[in-house]
Amino acid sequence: MEKIILKDIPGLQNIDVYISNNGYSSLKKVLTQMKPEDVIEEVKKSGLRGRGGACFSTGLKWSFMPKGNEKPKFLCCNGDESEPGSFKDREIFEKNPHQFIEGSLIAAYSMGIKAVYVYIRGEYWKWINIMEECVADAYKKGFIGKNILGSEFSVDMYVHKGAGAYICGEESSLMNSLEGKRGYPRVKPPFPAAVGVWGNPTTINNIETLANVPEIINKGAEWFSKIGEPKHPGTLLFGVSGHINKPGVYELPTGTPLMTIINDYCGGIRNGKDFKMIIPGGSSMPPLTKEESLTMKMDAESLKAVGSAIGTAGVIVMDEDTDIVHVLQRITKFYYHESCGQCTPCREGCGWMLKVLNRILDGSGRKSDLDLLISVAENIEGNTICALGDAAAWPVKWTVRKFRKDFEDKIKDDSLELNVVNKVHGLRNSNEYVKVSNDENSTVENLIGKVQEIINNDDIKRFSS
Amino acid sequence: MSEQNYNPQFDENELKMVEYHKSKYPAQMAAVMPVLWMIQEKYGWISTDAMKYVGELLNLPADHVLGVATFYTMYFKKPVGKYHLQICTNVSCMLCGGYDVFNHVSKKLGIKNKEVTSDGFFSIEEAECLGSCATAPMLQINNKDFYEKLSLDEVDKLLDKLRNSN
Repeated sequence: MEKIILKDIPGLQNIDVYISNNGYSSLKKVLTQMKPEDVIEEVKKSGLRGRGGACFSTGLKWSFMPKGNEKPKFLCCNGDESEPGSFKDREIFEKNPHQFIEGSLIAAYSMGIKAVYVYIRGEYWKWINIMEECVADAYKKGFIGKNILGSEFSVDMYVHKGAGAYICGEESSLMNSLEGKRGYPRVKPPFPAAVGVWGNPTTINNIETLANVPEIINKGAEWFSKIGEPKHPGTLLFGVSGHINKPGVYELPTGTPLMTIINDYCGGIRNGKDFKMIIPGGSSMPPLTKEESLTMKMDAESLKAVGSAIGTAGVIVMDEDTDIVHVLQRITKFYYHESCGQCTPCREGCGWMLKVLNRILDGSGRKSDLDLLISVAENIEGNTICALGDAAAWPVKWTVRKFRKDFEDKIKDDSLELNVVNKVHGLRNSNEYVKVSNDENSTVENLIGKVQEIINNDDIKRFSS
Repeated sequence: MSEQNYNPQFDENELKMVEYHKSKYPAQMAAVMPVLWMIQEKYGWISTDAMKYVGELLNLPADHVLGVATFYTMYFKKPVGKYHLQICTNVSCMLCGGYDVFNHVSKKLGIKNKEVTSDGFFSIEEAECLGSCATAPMLQINNKDFYEKLSLDEVDKLLDKLRNSN
């Protein structure tokens, strides 16, 4: 298959090699032959959808930007890439950075952008350095700056280094971070196209999304729309990790069967084992069971049909011996750590889900814990300013539902059922218990004996149940 | 080793760099993250005095700088070891032995998460996903270089190499 982004051209990260392979020709084409609105129309027609997880139509997003120039307009390129299991943008920075830069310049032209900010997670030190060099090279060649290639169009581009906050991959949080504030997500509306960074119209696009744009301009919307699934066309950079023989980033058309990716490209499961669970799009996406995985096609619509989502196409594969409860505990620990703390359901709910999962893991779980987990998850979902709440809730809700047996196997003690615990709490107010506990001479054994006596008393049983 | 106490002061070239960072954004508040990075690069960690200094440079209240510095985990608000080892234990790394690496390093150095060895040489941190899932398990040193696809043997060799580098 022909690749759109991760092309097999040695040295493509070098600007001269990129130029000699037709690089920056799409930028020339739009500056000399196309009006900004034609560019947006072409991207719209191509069917390109955002690669950051929401799968929103890129052309449509661009068309939301106001047309006039009353206020400066900004483009933010989201390279915060922090979702566990996602490592595709890093591959673009390393292997084809200029195609991404060219894509963002075309986007900037189509929307009349004044400055482009490339927000890259702070941990990507190496790739931030690469991108800073690439941007400097593009400035030197006259692709960025004033009157680009002799046209009327001018734009600046800066790399902004994050400092370790998952939440800054959320678009409104990214804007706050860029402004030099704590990375709290903003309430929407107003949407970024109306009130974005520094109060100005702003578009935020994923790195992979923008890297697709030069080829759409070069080869046409029709060509792009015919790759992969019609409703979600193009290729995806599948980042495959976990218990597989050849983990890595694979660029394949949307709709590629999951089993083709795992068996044909990734060399199957490690040590000849079978697999148990696959997370299809980064750790926040509802997991797939083995049965679902066997026939799953990897595109937005197919995954949506089974209640999951393509997310960032970060595929995490787990073999038959994986401790699913431990996996979910680790995922929940991550969201607990990364919750910004603004919304109570997310801040408190993540902590509670983690506590409950911890006790299931250490053997003191209760049978009622499984429904409790789902209940907490459902009370987070949809009740927060940003999607981090959903990202934390979905894996809990769906892993418990789909792999309930794995959780039940860890819960040994039936006697710790919640209703019994409630009964004991209820006893504290009973006269007999108070009498014994107020007695100076009573021992712990006495107390325990009394509690047992009371629980055995039918009247009080009825009273406290 | 990070300096325990320092008097934050940028030289002429660094002040020019601060001006450059300010020039990248329409409002100078936005320069707070790059300037905090400059402080950490120079002194190893960000003290309260340094936050005040950054506030003076950018005409921001010190508590705003404190708010930003405390929001982001990569800014160190306490001194760390000369080699700060950030070991990923998130899902993909965990599946490939991330916890084995973390526990091995922790035991070998005799320190727990976010602790520093008594000689100030090493500190460790259980890190969240660092985007190295296909090359797991991995660790990052001092917010910079990635060391990927680690076996415990390689971890031992790496620690020895770092220890002998002084």
